[in-house]
Amino acid sequence: MAQSQPTAPASSPGRRDDFLEVRRRADGGAVLVLRGAWVTARWRELPRALPVAAETVAALDIAQLTALDSAGASRLAALLGAQRLQALAAALPAERRALLERVAASLAAAGSPPAPAPRDLFAPLVALGRTTSRGLAHLRLLVGFLGLVLVRLGIALLTPHRLRLTATVHQMQAAGLEAVPIVTLLSFLVGAVVAFLGATVLQVFGAGIYTVDLVAYSFLREFGVLLAAILLAGRTASSFAAQLGTMKVNEEIDALETLGLDPVEVLVIPRVVALLVVFPLLSFLAMAAGLAGGAAVALVELAVSPARFLAIVEEVPVRHFWVGMGKAPLFAFTIALIGCLEGFKVTGSASSVGDRTTSAVVQAIFFVILFDALAALFCMEMGW
Amino acid sequence: MADDLVVVRGVTFAYEERPVLFDVDMAIPRGKVVAIMGLSGCGKTTLLRLIGGQLKPQRGDVLVDGLSVPSLGEEALYRLRRRMGMLFQMGALFTDLTVYENVAFQMREHTDLPEPLIRDLVLMKLHAVGLRGAWHLRPAELSGGMARRVALARAIALDPMLILYDEPFAGLDPISLAVIGRLIRTLNDALGATSVVVTHDVQESLKVVDYVYLMSEGRVIFSGDVAAVHASRDPYVRQFVDGRPDGPVPFHYPAPPWQEMLDHDYA
Repeated sequence: MAQSQPTAPASSPGRRDDFLEVRRRADGGAVLVLRGAWVTARWRELPRALPVAAETVAALDIAQLTALDSAGASRLAALLGAQRLQALAAALPAERRALLERVAASLAAAGSPPAPAPRDLFAPLVALGRTTSRGLAHLRLLVGFLGLVLVRLGIALLTPHRLRLTATVHQMQAAGLEAVPIVTLLSFLVGAVVAFLGATVLQVFGAGIYTVDLVAYSFLREFGVLLAAILLAGRTASSFAAQLGTMKVNEEIDALETLGLDPVEVLVIPRVVALLVVFPLLSFLAMAAGLAGGAAVALVELAVSPARFLAIVEEVPVRHFWVGMGKAPLFAFTIALIGCLEGFKVTGSASSVGDRTTSAVVQAIFFVILFDALAALFCMEMGW
Repeated sequence: MADDLVVVRGVTFAYEERPVLFDVDMAIPRGKVVAIMGLSGCGKTTLLRLIGGQLKPQRGDVLVDGLSVPSLGEEALYRLRRRMGMLFQMGALFTDLTVYENVAFQMREHTDLPEPLIRDLVLMKLHAVGLRGAWHLRPAELSGGMARRVALARAIALDPMLILYDEPFAGLDPISLAVIGRLIRTLNDALGATSVVVTHDVQESLKVVDYVYLMSEGRVIFSGDVAAVHASRDPYVRQFVDGRPDGPVPFHYPAPPWQEMLDHDYA
């Protein structure tokens, strides 16, 4: 019946005929002749309308159909109507019928699409509420973790044999020693930039020599420790999060627990202690490098000899140095805490490790700068 | 009851809002190998974590060797955990330690045995899993089956009374599968331990276990020995054991009606 006697073509010639043609059978019924490849790749060229009414099609002729896939079949279903296609497909050879019938059956069950749901006016509010509650939950978690780490840290300091020395020294090397070149270089450069700015602006007022004070004050109080903290937030908070996160994904942290060991004691305390030890040293290094950068610029731009530079720096009250160094342990603790907590928050997948690592860096930098600003306000009020 | 090492009594558990276990009762007799089977996401692993004390149930109690796990203090819980061994799905070997150090880890942490004795014990455990020759390798150099065997050696390092296996058969080739299956049985019997195997590998686990709990959607729906599993006419048990695509567990993931998901506009 698919090969029934063809007579004259009923459709006008055109591009669509490459795919579709209607012939009249002797008994007057329309035969839909399908040609070529009804496939996804040629989807745009497939006919969008039938040259005759769908109800009048009495049979399909697929002898010249070279290929058919789901997309082609659903187009055919759209042209003929799913029910009609189902009925027509029943008469086809088995290898084509299976796909056509399956697509037609799926679409026949579908009926017409519903009206789109009205937009929820409160959606932004709901999103805001959800974000807020997530933020609060995170803050709670952070404070809880802080308490846990403080308790464990206290225990470790009271019973030093429980401190894992090998791991701690290893972390000191990774987070401290290996960060020396980058911290030194960048602090030197920033010191030079601050001196350039100072020299440019202050020389106008004939106060170029105060450039030295500018560099000294800013690096001792703020920039030394802040630069070191931002570099460590990028370098070490991320690596803590990634290390612990990978261990979490590998179930190594679960394994520690089932081996009867406390992951905080084994993994977090060495990292916290290591940072508490090396970070003040790095801060000191950053201060020195920043001053060196300033001295280099002062020599070139202002013809201030290093000896004179040093003499002026020595006149700066030492409390500014202590204000800077006093912030170092706080920053070190913040960076280690956030890096480790984000690592523990990793769930299941590798993409989660990436997300948590990013979050660790962002949060560490955020809190470091926030604390620095609060400390600056505090010191200003105290007149330090 | 006295002969049960692990007793799970009326345990209900939920992660935040998502309920996972509903009123589960279970008893693991001493010296037996017991399988907890079920589809992915039916709560098997959660149950294992409850037994290990990593999670606390909202209702009900978990007794291990007579101790109520949820009400143990931290110290007591860690002490109990040292008497349990657990094999994780991926092995969970410490990647920065060698095979030898992985197995020795717990002995060094929890005992003050002299190093020569630790060495003998580690090599003995490695020998039991057939990997004495691999002591110097790193986890990255091991195949999946070997890593699982090293993890098994680590789990039995301190001769635990209870060994918990989380999907020990997942993703192994047929030979490793048989090796792990036989090890679960022989180690259990040699150590006089009790084993709980969480798995969905029906064929392999039925070869080695004594007793089976079958779970579905957070409930125990069947329990019995291996013969009872084979004899069961329960449609869910049959679908699970024979691996039929459709049955009480439907082929289709719950979906809204077709109308809502299709878009006819392309026509």
